[in-house]
Order: sequence, then C-alpha cells, then structure tokens
Amino acid sequence: MIAPALAGLLLFVVAPFGLAVALSFTDLRLGSPLPVGWEGLEQYVRVFGSSTFRRAIGNNLYFTAVVVPVQTALALASAILLHQGLRGTAFARVALLLPVVFPMALIAVVWELLYAPGAGGPVNAFLDGLTLGAWTPRDFLRDPALAMPAIIALSIWQGMGFQMVILAAGLQAIPERHYQAARLDGAGAWSRFRHVTLPGLRNPLVLVVVVTSILSFRLFDQVRILTRGGPQDRTTTVMYEAVTAAFDRQQIARSAAMSVVLFLIVVGVTVAGRLATRHEAGA
Amino acid sequence: MRYPGSPGRILPYAALGVLAALWIGPVVIMVAASLKPEARVLVEAGTLRGLLPLDPTLESYRDVFERVPFGRIFLNTLLINVSIVAGGLVVNSLAAYALARLEWPGRGLVLALVLSLLAVPFEALAVPLFYATTALGWRDGYLVQILPFVANALSIYLFHTFFAAMPRETERAARIDGAGPWRIFLEIVVPQSRTVFATVAIVTFLLHWGLYLWPLLVTTRVEVRPLALGIASFRTLPPVQWGDLMAFAVMMVAPVALVFLVLQRWFTRSVASTGTKG
Repeated sequence: MIAPALAGLLLFVVAPFGLAVALSFTDLRLGSPLPVGWEGLEQYVRVFGSSTFRRAIGNNLYFTAVVVPVQTALALASAILLHQGLRGTAFARVALLLPVVFPMALIAVVWELLYAPGAGGPVNAFLDGLTLGAWTPRDFLRDPALAMPAIIALSIWQGMGFQMVILAAGLQAIPERHYQAARLDGAGAWSRFRHVTLPGLRNPLVLVVVVTSILSFRLFDQVRILTRGGPQDRTTTVMYEAVTAAFDRQQIARSAAMSVVLFLIVVGVTVAGRLATRHEAGA
Repeated sequence: MRYPGSPGRILPYAALGVLAALWIGPVVIMVAASLKPEARVLVEAGTLRGLLPLDPTLESYRDVFERVPFGRIFLNTLLINVSIVAGGLVVNSLAAYALARLEWPGRGLVLALVLSLLAVPFEALAVPLFYATTALGWRDGYLVQILPFVANALSIYLFHTFFAAMPRETERAARIDGAGPWRIFLEIVVPQSRTVFATVAIVTFLLHWGLYLWPLLVTTRVEVRPLALGIASFRTLPPVQWGDLMAFAVMMVAPVALVFLVLQRWFTRSVASTGTKG
C-alpha cells in the first residue's frame, strides 16, 4: 500500500537530494566535453567567494527581515479585526484572502502594471495622493533602492492571507472565559492582548514565522519575472542564482552547491521553529 | 462605555476598511484594465478611472485568444493539476493508512523518513531534477510536470494525522469478519474520511497550480506549458499590451477565484488545518 508513495518520494525527493549533494562535489557542466572531475569542497569555496552570491544571501536576509515582522503583524491585526464581528467582515475576509489563490507569476505581472513608472503609475499616483503631492514618481523595479521593497510589497500582498487564516484559527481556540477573567481583573484592551491573546497564539505565531521565513529563502518567481536579479544584483536571491547558474550558464555543479546551501538554511529555520514550539509544550 | 461614533468604535472599522481596500485594489485595477481599450489602460491606471471601466470592451480578451493558444494552456493546467491532485489522493492516502494502521517491520523508520522530508523544499531539488530529466531527455511533456509532485510528504502527514485519530472499533470488527487491509481501507476508512480528502485536495491544488519554476526548467514548447508560465512568457511577447495581459490574468484566475468564493469555508478550514496540526 505504501509502495507507490514511497517510490515517488525516493525517486523525486531523496534521489535528487542525494544527487544535489553528489554533484556539488564535482565540476559538472552541461554540454561540456571534458570528463567530470571530483572537486571536493571547491564549488562551495567558489560559491561563497562570489560577491554576487553573498549579495544574494544578503538580499534573502533583507527580504526575510522585512517580510516576516511586517506580514505577521498585518496578519495578526487582520485576524483580530475579523474576529470583532464588525459589519462588513465577510467582504473584508474575502478581500484579504483572495490573493492567496493567485499564483505568484500572475501577481508579478499585475503588480508590474501597478509599478508603472511615471506619475500615471497606480502606485506612484497612490503615494502622490498619500503625501499630498510631495512624491516624485519613481521607476520602482529599476531603482536600486526600491526594487527589493517593491518585490517585498507584492510578496506581502500575496502571503498575508495564509498567515491570517492560521492566526484566525488560533484566535478561535482561545477560550472566551480567559478574556472574561482578564476583564474581571480590570485588564484593558492592550493588557488583554498582551496577556491573553499573544500567549494563546504562541504556537500559531511560531508556525507562521517559520513558514514565512522558509518561503522567504525560496524567493524566486517574482524576481525572475520582474527584475532578473537586478538592478545591480539588488534583488537576486540564493534560488535565483542557483537557477541561472544551472539553466542559463549550464553550471550544474555550482548550482547544486547553492541548492545544498539553500537546503541547509531551510532546515536550520525549521529546526529553530520546532525548538520554539516544543519549548511551549514543555512549559 | 462605548457609544456610536466614539474612536473605539470607528478605529477598527477604519483599519479594516483600509486593509480591505489595499488588498482588493490591485484586483479591481486588474479587472478594470482588462475591460478597457488598450490606449486607455496606462493613461487611466493611476486615476480613479483606473478602478472602473467606462465603456467596457472585450477587445483585450479577443486579443489573448489571437496571440496565444490560451485554451490549450488552460487545459494543460487543468490536466496537470487534476492528475497531481487525483494521483496524490490515491497514493498518499494509501501510504498514510499503512503508516497509521498496519503493523509491519520498519514502519517507524519510514514514518520518520516521510516526516523528515517535510523539511525539504522543492527548490533545493529543482536543479538536480532538472539535470536528471535533461540527461534522460525527459522534457516537454505532461508526465514530467506531474510525476514529481504526486507522492507528497505533506499530504501523507495530513492523512496520517487524520487516520491515526480515527476510532478503531469498526475496523477491528471487519478484520474479525475476514476483511483484508485493502477492503477495510476502501469500504470503511475512505467513506469516513471525506473531510481529510477534501482538505488534501484543496491544499494540493493551491500549492501546485501556480508552479512556475519547474515548468520553466522542463518545458520549451507552449503546447505543454501551464498558465503560470504562460502569463510570464505572454508578458515578454512584444508588443506589450497591458490590457491583454490583464485579460489573460483575469481568465486565468477567475475560475479558481469563483471556486474559492463558493467553497470559502472549506478552503479556510483546509489552510488552517495545515497549520494547526503542524
């Protein structure tokens, strides 16, 4: 009964992973007439010696450092607002959730229109209105300082709803009597949030932080479609470098080493998350 | 006391209103732009007219069908994802049942292996898989876009959690009556497990229908490409016509968005269950 699934996992997960590790110790290039040689850790030395790859890791960290807190805060605020029983909640929930079913490739194309340069671009016009005319129109995706923030904004727009659902489910699991008890003790809204809501949401919060961090390190689609890592490597990522190395430059071994680095980062984040969750269970 | 019009009353409405507007805004602009004549899309995008199509036209929609084989790309996506979902429901539920309910040597080890695979991101496998499929000449087909995603550790995990918590009495009675594991699974377990099958189907579909990286690596012909890759390559097809791109986007996402609206409660529960059980 387990054979088909096990065969699939071995063939398409375990074997490619082993292949990635094995290839990362060679000098394999696609289409190269030279025999494949064993290189030991040479590819890793080259990967970390490349300023572009170090920049890619830095960009992933930048992306994670902004997306994780901002998206989590927005998701938490949305989940709490939807929990209040306000009028119009049903509509707001649909609006906030809709982007979750949108593929990233589609979002990238739609947001490219929103980021249109010049005063007529929707985001430029919106910021112009927000600053009462003080905004100078920018070409977001070609501006070295704004390209990554632009990628970040559309990523948050897509990912927030998923976190919101998880946190909303967590909110519903907090017993109402905890709030009543806090109220009887004279706790105000902020104090109830600090001492009832946040502790009650600990595990869901850890989960959304871990999932968002992992997704942040897998960042690829929107970068490939909108900026191709540019301008000046400001939006390149570990995954983008891995794919361009293999796909555009045929450097399979180099790319495999980058894939292993990505894997180690993701496992590190996952383990950190597990430890944070366990801590709660043992407390 | 709170009274109508007090800041404590208005603030939550204002906050929710702003959030909802920011989230629905891009969707409204997308739909409106798809219904405008091309010449007015960029001119009006940044004005309030960007939010509503006056004198709507289906020009851009017609353009999409003239410029790319949209129907074909749409059916590709449907075929690939129905196969991934259906195949995945079968093999992953069977595996999870064997792991949750049958006694066999090595079960604990296999379960630990499957759970550890949850941490492996597909992105880390994409390049070696790309190399292997290229070396085998296995490209530009449907199977290469389906098979790698059928067996799935997350699906096995979700099924396993559900099966492990099911009461054992009816199964035990059936076993005494001489029923084998296949019959028990098909006749007793599956009918009681509709919710988890629906959950896994929804989650699997959502995780796979927008895949871009893998089809980018293994397809070169538009005839076998899915929508996510289709819209990305349509974007680079000159001349850039924003109305056409938005029409492609609307036709691509509308069916899924409609299903989402109808099944919203199911959808929310499925997404939440991937988290709360984690």
